[in-house]
Amino acid sequence: MLQVENLTVYYKTLRGYVRALERATFTVADGEIMGLAGESGCGKTTLGHSIIYLRPPMNYIEGRVVLDGQELPIWDMERMREFRYRHVSLIPQYAMNALNPTRKIGKMIAELLESREMNYDEILPELKRRLDLVQLSHDVLKMYPIELSGGMKQRTVMVVSTLLNPSLLIADEITSALDVSTQKAVCEMLVEFRDRGFVKSTIIITHDISILYQIADSILVMYAGQLSEKAPTETIFRDARHPYTQMLIGSLPKVGVRYQEERLRGIPGSPPQLLDPPPGCRFRDRCPVAFDRCVEVPPFLEISPGHFVACWRAY
Amino acid sequence: MSRYLGRKLLIYLLTFFLAVTIDWLIPRLMPGDPINVMISRLGPRNPQEVQLLREYYLKIFALDVPMWQQYINFWKSVFRGDLGRSTLFFPRPVLDIIKASVPYDILLLLPAILLSWFAGNNFGALAARRRWLDNTVLPLGYILTATPYMWLALLLAWALGIVAGIFPIAGAYSFDLRPHLSWRFIQDLLLHWFLPFLSLFMVMFGGWAIGMRNMIIYELEADYSRYLEALGAPQGLIRRYAFRNALLPQITGLALQLGTIVAGAVATEVVFAYPGIGNLIVQAIQNQDYFLIQGCFLFIILGVLLANLLIDIAYVIVDPRTRLGMTGEAA
Repeated sequence: MLQVENLTVYYKTLRGYVRALERATFTVADGEIMGLAGESGCGKTTLGHSIIYLRPPMNYIEGRVVLDGQELPIWDMERMREFRYRHVSLIPQYAMNALNPTRKIGKMIAELLESREMNYDEILPELKRRLDLVQLSHDVLKMYPIELSGGMKQRTVMVVSTLLNPSLLIADEITSALDVSTQKAVCEMLVEFRDRGFVKSTIIITHDISILYQIADSILVMYAGQLSEKAPTETIFRDARHPYTQMLIGSLPKVGVRYQEERLRGIPGSPPQLLDPPPGCRFRDRCPVAFDRCVEVPPFLEISPGHFVACWRAY
Repeated sequence: MSRYLGRKLLIYLLTFFLAVTIDWLIPRLMPGDPINVMISRLGPRNPQEVQLLREYYLKIFALDVPMWQQYINFWKSVFRGDLGRSTLFFPRPVLDIIKASVPYDILLLLPAILLSWFAGNNFGALAARRRWLDNTVLPLGYILTATPYMWLALLLAWALGIVAGIFPIAGAYSFDLRPHLSWRFIQDLLLHWFLPFLSLFMVMFGGWAIGMRNMIIYELEADYSRYLEALGAPQGLIRRYAFRNALLPQITGLALQLGTIVAGAVATEVVFAYPGIGNLIVQAIQNQDYFLIQGCFLFIILGVLLANLLIDIAYVIVDPRTRLGMTGEAA
């Protein structure tokens, strides 16, 4: 169970703080796969990374992250080290380049485990079982990363990242570089990992909402550094309350509609600058239903069980 | 593997052939010729004498035949291991002269290159993780590497040799000694060796340290380093990986440097009047000594090519990526 309260993280730049993440408050239950969606620069990666790997130019401002009843010292790179991998783990965006090119994969895993005071030989049988599960030959352990295809590297990284059964797994844009059929396989693997209890909670960061529709239990939508809406997947697709979420869902192509006749809709305008964002709701300028109340920041409130939204029109 | 090396070897042979051809051609393109230099040294009194000497020397050095004939003769004698006789140190064979100089180069350059490489890499790696070192000693490295070498060497000679008077500033040993095996001679040799060594070491050390520092910082920012960090690996492991990967280009650099040992260090040897190949080349060129120039450069070519071949082989062992590239090329 992951509880995030008021998490605020800024980027320090020469021109001042970039307010990439403000007052994020949400929970991810055990066994829940939560999708974290939003456009580029909305702060979704900042949110994901700040839970495991908060380092400059990211600046911790305030907030708490509690995992299984224990507070994570996310502001302290050194103290956080103990929690990484065992409790919180990451499948990075750059999975294709995540393995040291000059070490055999098995050796790298062994050295990594030994550096965390664990015995490779004891874990090896489980490692092999998991390689079988993702349909990788055991020979992978005797190979260098360059001898593997992109998809194989991705699967290897997925196995390595979840090897110690972390409570929370953060999967950052893991499907971006893959073709559609591989995307599906990778997504199914994440569900499988959850079902088998390799990981308890999962956060999938992506800009591709259609992926989330297939595998996520809930979706958290972010806009310009603030949380817009969180709800079970069905609710987000059927009954979204935040205008941004509605327009985001509305911009997805639908099966059976011929877009020669009907134009695919987008959201006019672009997100605000986060260096000095306008006060109040940050979606205000692009929002078709904005009114004077929107100059105040809308709180992220639970309007029905499990459905949170930050919009004055929704309460 | 054997196919890869076979192809490499072929390329090296071709390079050798071309480089040696250029080596043969270039001195002959200089204005004037060595015979004139030799004749003027003897100071003949009348034109007949000049004519006589000229014919005699041309015959001895086989320069009286057409160029293409000279070229073929040159290759023939190279394969016999005969590099001809020097016109400058006539009648000493070129090979003997080079043999007498090479030990001094090895004595000077081998320790300078190896020690500076070792110390520079370790220091650079250290500077990459200690901010204060990075801000204090490394700029010194930049200054050392950027200083015109002759000036630095002269400064050292002036400060430690003339002002402090600790070290002699010229020659490989005192003029009143003959090379022989005795404690006194070795001591004297080391004393003369120190200043040229130090000047080379300082300059090369800065270069290695800067290179290593930049490479390490690059590797520490690489994706695999970040992934390890995200998985909570201790800094020690991440640095070890970064160091190993950053070392690869430095190995290339080292091998190339080692290949130039036989070339000597021209500036050092001129400043400190050190009797190595560098000094020899300068004299040979000044006197248009075709055969000595050819001989010196032949050794340099061999040295550089051998060093490159060794790197190629070493890389196959150290870096799996080259190994794969090999099979990829063959397929």
